[in-house]
Amino acid sequence: MEHYISLFVRSIFIENMALSFFLGMCTFIAISKKVETAIGLGIAVIVVQTITVPANNLIYTWLLRDGALAWAGMPEVDLSFLGLLSYIGVIAAIVQILEMLLDKYVPSLYNALGVFLPLITVNCAIMAGSLFMVERDYNLAESTVYGIGSGASWALAIALLAGIREKLKYSDVPEGLQGLGITFITIGLMSLGFMSFSGVQL
Amino acid sequence: MSQPTVKEVLLNPIFNNNPIGLQILGICSALAVTSNLKTAVVMSIALTLVTAFSSMFISMIRSQIPGSIRMIVQMVIIASLVIVVDQVLRAYAFSLAKQLSVFVGLIITNCIVMGRAEAFAMQNPPILSFMDGIGNGLGYSAMLLTLGVIRELFGAGKLFGFEILSLAKDGGWYVPNGMLLLPPSAFFLIGLIIWALRTWKTEQVEAPAFKMAPQVINKEAY
Repeated sequence: MEHYISLFVRSIFIENMALSFFLGMCTFIAISKKVETAIGLGIAVIVVQTITVPANNLIYTWLLRDGALAWAGMPEVDLSFLGLLSYIGVIAAIVQILEMLLDKYVPSLYNALGVFLPLITVNCAIMAGSLFMVERDYNLAESTVYGIGSGASWALAIALLAGIREKLKYSDVPEGLQGLGITFITIGLMSLGFMSFSGVQL
Repeated sequence: MSQPTVKEVLLNPIFNNNPIGLQILGICSALAVTSNLKTAVVMSIALTLVTAFSSMFISMIRSQIPGSIRMIVQMVIIASLVIVVDQVLRAYAFSLAKQLSVFVGLIITNCIVMGRAEAFAMQNPPILSFMDGIGNGLGYSAMLLTLGVIRELFGAGKLFGFEILSLAKDGGWYVPNGMLLLPPSAFFLIGLIIWALRTWKTEQVEAPAFKMAPQVINKEAY
């Protein structure tokens, strides 16, 4: 149990997707102008990440990994080179299914998240979650925890940034730094703050 | 709409319409791989090739792709190209591929590739799209290399792993600024580069979202 809690905390604070691995930056900067939309997108990312990382873990363990096809009588087949293609396929498919399910059964949530769901397919943080899972050799339980944690880390970061940017509107920024420039510097400062977690060990 | 020339699509993205500086595309990988120059160079080459070829292939079949599934078709083309790049890197530069870890795979979700495919290649002929891909790749590379040079030179006193500034711990004069190798500095640097770029090309400056009205007493301003 401790192992999982430690993994969870580490994936949120120490290995924060947005602030220490720079993942999902494009959406991170584009959609962080308002707190409400940022939180909406954050929640969507948590949901998708929680589903896709374990799903890709299953695919990797049972289909792609070296020797994974032993159950089908083909122990010498190594399909891991197909990894990238299948992960992105799984992500795109899950996002699409989620969109249809939400539309059918939870229309209020669909209306809140609707615009953001397609954006998530091309969010690097989601893809990276699956790739990190493969690289670090997580098992199913670990990858579920990691999925929730890394999704939450991204959501936390975007909500914080949106909060800061809402206040930042009223400040007097030099001309050339207006908009994108000052946003980067803000993210830099946030990332500096998150670095103070780097020594934390559970 | 007049047809853009080859020279235009090749050179415009480098300064006038830089994918990172202005279009906010593909920032994710730009920051993570620039703590040393070698990975930055490899990443730039990989991305430029993938963008160029994916634009070209997508443009070739653009009239055959049904609108409703175009995203998936684009994804598949891009993903296949990235797999090729990934396998080549693993075969010929394994240690480098290990260092780049997940970021080669992340070229798939790099918004530059997708963005150019969607915005340019779907409307333009193959050769022009190929050039547009190269151009945007170069714009991305220019940013990456600048960051890579600054971060490695001042953060570790080296370029490509060769010592340029003699380090204080080996009896030299330069005390490296280790901060530059850490994530936050990449954000600061990119912010400052954008500032410099916009001071030079003033038409890129964004209008402020909110202006304080002049001549109001403090209380009313809030």
